[in-house]
Amino acid sequence: MRGSNEGLMSEQNQHIQLSDESVAKQTTTLNLGPTHPATHGVFENILEIDGEKVLSAKQTVGYIHRAFEKIAERRPYYQITPLTDRLNYCSAPINNMGWHMTIEKLLGLKLPKRVEYMRVLIMELARISDHLICNSVVAVDTGALTGFTYVFQWRELIYEIYEEICGSRLTTNMGRVGGFERNFSDVAWQKIDKFIEGFPKVMKEFEDLLTRNRIFMDRCIGAGPISAERALNYGFTGPNLRAAGVDYDVRIAEPYSSYEDFDFKIPTGTVGDVYDRYLVRNMEIWESLSIVKQAVEKIKQLENSDPAQKHVFYAPESDKYHLPPKEDVYTKMEALIYHFKMVMGEIAVPPGEIYHGVEGANGEVGYYLISDGGRAPYRLHFRRPCFIYYQAFPEMIKDGLLSDAIIALSSLNVIAGELDA
Amino acid sequence: MTNEIVKDRLTERFGDQLTGWEGPYGMLTCTMPAGINMEVLQFLYDDEQLRFRFLTDLTGVHYPDRKGEELCVVYHLHNMIDGIRLRLKTYVPVEKPDVFSVTKLYSAANWMERETYDFFGVNFVGHPDLRRILNVDEMEHFPMRKEFPMEDPTRMDKDDEMFGRGSTVV
Repeated sequence: MRGSNEGLMSEQNQHIQLSDESVAKQTTTLNLGPTHPATHGVFENILEIDGEKVLSAKQTVGYIHRAFEKIAERRPYYQITPLTDRLNYCSAPINNMGWHMTIEKLLGLKLPKRVEYMRVLIMELARISDHLICNSVVAVDTGALTGFTYVFQWRELIYEIYEEICGSRLTTNMGRVGGFERNFSDVAWQKIDKFIEGFPKVMKEFEDLLTRNRIFMDRCIGAGPISAERALNYGFTGPNLRAAGVDYDVRIAEPYSSYEDFDFKIPTGTVGDVYDRYLVRNMEIWESLSIVKQAVEKIKQLENSDPAQKHVFYAPESDKYHLPPKEDVYTKMEALIYHFKMVMGEIAVPPGEIYHGVEGANGEVGYYLISDGGRAPYRLHFRRPCFIYYQAFPEMIKDGLLSDAIIALSSLNVIAGELDA
Repeated sequence: MTNEIVKDRLTERFGDQLTGWEGPYGMLTCTMPAGINMEVLQFLYDDEQLRFRFLTDLTGVHYPDRKGEELCVVYHLHNMIDGIRLRLKTYVPVEKPDVFSVTKLYSAANWMERETYDFFGVNFVGHPDLRRILNVDEMEHFPMRKEFPMEDPTRMDKDDEMFGRGSTVV
């Protein structure tokens, strides 16, 4: 047995022909990904390292490409919403709402205030859950698992709120053109109240655990930095750009869904390293929580001034796009016809060309839609922030340590679904 | 800063080379010849008044019926200081889809151009590394072109011509 093994080895040795370059080089080639646990998603980096120092990184993306843009050219508009779920699946409702708003802009629909506030509420909850994952995963990659398991209970509560609103948790397919498919249930409101009440204490504790933690600070400060100029040149948006010191936020720059009615701050960093990104996300969680509170308050005010508002969850003039109540479908001819037409994707969308951007959890999520008046888009392109800023990764980790590269990757919050479309 | 100022400034510099001015849903849009796309973008970047220094998006569209200008490359630019956006288009024939790469100006354009090449076959002249990005390297066609239908064109059960586009109609 031993002898035959030796024979095999020597045979392999004879057949292996290493290039001179490979024999001569003093550095190590290391595959980080595509299935490495520290990459939190399917993407591959071939690193060239000298000891612990990263010299270069070669990226490969596209492992979970699902041809959403091609599929969208054959789908009626409402069937594209589930595709948007699967872009950034950590904050699917933001993508859903952004897509609905794109069609509403194309149709020229104006939504009632209550619906817009409900959307803001749910989008901010989604932002909190996305940032919670990102920041707690940064902590995990520095070796602190406690914070992650602790805040996950509260992400779970956010998912329960989604579940009460739309019936699903991760890929939500929430809302319809013109509003929501149904009103928020009482349980949903109770859970939102529970979240507002209980979460600040937890968030405070999470920050106490990490923000001034000497080990965490030493690991994060100075790791994977990017300057404001380079970040802008690389097309960064969202918290990663703000961490580099540019206060660009679509919610402020081009308010949609009545964001102009809310009072909130845009936190920015200075040097754009892992620690800055962590701090900016934490600050944004607090701001989002404040927006959620304001939204609940505003909805209550609307309901107090006019009790009929309690039943407003979609734009009245969007009747042609919003499925009629089930009891009407069974008893009224018109409702049945509308129901059939909508389900078959036969809604009249005018020809037009539109770009609509919303502030996703990772940056500006854009929808570039060309409609030729047919039942499906002629062309639909998703601007996916991850795809654009992930290009900068090799530049950010160059000359840093391998362990810095790991936390730089998690602090960028690269979501494979959004990266590969 | 308004769309009119941007339009006037661009017309002043490039004259009637820029055509097809429109402003769907408030976004100023125009078409530039493929040969001067880099010049136009450089001008928009450098000009002290215009300051379009952020490339929001770069993508392609395929119009099989427009002879000689089947492929369209669309740039979305953003002036973050004044909060104004601009859409620029350039059309190229499918037989010779050459467009100058803007990677020198925007690092962000690198992957966006690779993606556009990958799906539409637009050849970005001057791109440092024009390879496929999301599809497998061995792929021989450009899947987002309209001649590739989503579903098997011989299947009749999924043909929904009654509701707009049929499976074989592009």
